[in-house]
Amino acid sequence: MEKDKLIFDKGRKGRIGVSLPECDIKEINISEHLPGHLIRKDIKDMPSLNELEVIRHYTKLSQRNFSIDTNFYPLGSCTMKYNPKVHEKIASFSGFTDIHPLQSEDTVQGALEIIWKLEEALCEITGMKKFTFQPSAGAHGELTAMFIVDKYFKNKNDYRKKVLVPDSSHGTNPASANMCGFIVEEVKTNFEGGIDLADLKEKINDTVACLMLTNPNTLGLFEKDILKVQDIVHKKGALLYYDGANLNALLGKAKPGDMGFDIVHLNLHKTFSTPHGGGGPGSGPVGVVEELIEFLPVPLIDKKNGKFVFNYKVNNSIGKVRAFYGNFGVLVKAYAYIYGLGAEGLKQIANISVLNANYILNKLEKVYNCKYNRNCMHELVLSALKQKNKGINALDIAKRLIDYGIHPPTMYFPLIVKEALMIEPTETESKETLDYFINVMIKIAKEAENNPELLHNAPHNTFVSRVDEVKAAREPNLRWYPGK
Amino acid sequence: MAELKFAETHEWIKIEDGKGKIGITEHAQDELGDIVFVELPDIGKDIEKGESFGVVESVKVASDLYAPCTGKIIAVNSELQSNPQLINEDAFGKGWIIEIEISNEDELNDLLNESEYKEMI
Repeated sequence: MEKDKLIFDKGRKGRIGVSLPECDIKEINISEHLPGHLIRKDIKDMPSLNELEVIRHYTKLSQRNFSIDTNFYPLGSCTMKYNPKVHEKIASFSGFTDIHPLQSEDTVQGALEIIWKLEEALCEITGMKKFTFQPSAGAHGELTAMFIVDKYFKNKNDYRKKVLVPDSSHGTNPASANMCGFIVEEVKTNFEGGIDLADLKEKINDTVACLMLTNPNTLGLFEKDILKVQDIVHKKGALLYYDGANLNALLGKAKPGDMGFDIVHLNLHKTFSTPHGGGGPGSGPVGVVEELIEFLPVPLIDKKNGKFVFNYKVNNSIGKVRAFYGNFGVLVKAYAYIYGLGAEGLKQIANISVLNANYILNKLEKVYNCKYNRNCMHELVLSALKQKNKGINALDIAKRLIDYGIHPPTMYFPLIVKEALMIEPTETESKETLDYFINVMIKIAKEAENNPELLHNAPHNTFVSRVDEVKAAREPNLRWYPGK
Repeated sequence: MAELKFAETHEWIKIEDGKGKIGITEHAQDELGDIVFVELPDIGKDIEKGESFGVVESVKVASDLYAPCTGKIIAVNSELQSNPQLINEDAFGKGWIIEIEISNEDELNDLLNESEYKEMI
């Protein structure tokens, strides 16, 4: 196969894609309006291609995409489920797309009603009392939540400087707490894969503002001791924060509010029907219990005399964390998804996502290592320790999966499992797909025994085979230079 | 004669005349894989036992470096900025990371000796 050229190296000087009509307005002399150093003298090195060349270039690139629309994508903790296309259609209705955030409340009652009703549904699902929809994604939601935690304590003249996270936590948790000025301390995981209560008791004191938890945790295991945890945390006056990354497993089954969580962020783009992984747009709403409502960003959306209004009178608001009201299109999709499925449908998501993960765990726990001998929730963490003895590591297995048309699982995370492969099948995959994946994983384990070289050099069937990740990380030269 | 001690968090410290050179162990570099970046602290900074003083980053993971004992940083291996692979190639030698002036020699008693460390891993 001919090696692909960059678009800059294709075409021919002077070639153009479209014929523009003659300019029918008077031309101006640009140098009268802009300083000379800002005016580009020529546009050499601009790609010069005709329309067909451009179409072929980008169509070819798009065909190399790996997406949930083409292949199984069991990327752990990312919930790469299929998002029904009808929600895209609904979100693109002109009544939603042709409105402007500066329009008066009177003229956008329908849009406000959707946000308000979505909030009502999310309060029911999580057990929280009020939400802000401003945060644009998960980590932004975490940061917003940490600002709220900080303000809550400062408002009481109680200056707390620490935030606790488990050693299995998402990396964004300590990062968000740190960004907000907190010192982060890790709490150990016990032999069952849950939070170590003895270690928690040792580390919690009245300088701790918050414990950040994901439940199910990143090992795909339910925190069985969550009620004891909330008791330990609250007795010291600290808050309990819920990272909603793994909410898929609990939908309609259990509410973070009932477990004692005070503040919750959700990833609407994971759990509630927005495709993700491409960099956005996402949505990371933050929900809180009654006591924390006064710290939420402004404006909140309230209902007054049958009308939906923006409420800017939030006494101790942390202010704004984003322009306007959030990524509205994502909110429309989440609303359509929740109301389309209803309470029973949401429960089915939890049921099937947990069933699918356990089916895979059951079939593969003898072939690969499994650190904790428990049923999992919506995802499972295998370890390639057995294969490591043969010189095969988790990376080789992940790369080999690509040859079989499967996206690699999350690798080397959580950090407390060696050679980790974190697999989240989600509820939208059929039994046939799960069986195919299981068979491929068994086959790869055999290849690791009999033909390790095959794995070391994988993938073999892709346009670009194994890339030199070390060189890429050590010399991240991404810029194209003319003529080089 | 320099004495080599180990922390449970996989750092080594070579102790000589009240000073200690610190790096990560052969086992640690093997677990991390090819190291692509090392974040070094400033010279002159005081570090406490157990405190994070820097970061090593491999293709797989970024990992904090923890001080095996309390002291003042008197040198850093700036060679690692352009050649982080020195840690992979020579973890106990050219791959050293910082040197400190040890402020409390008693703390060294909590560290592991070579055979204890080997047993741990």
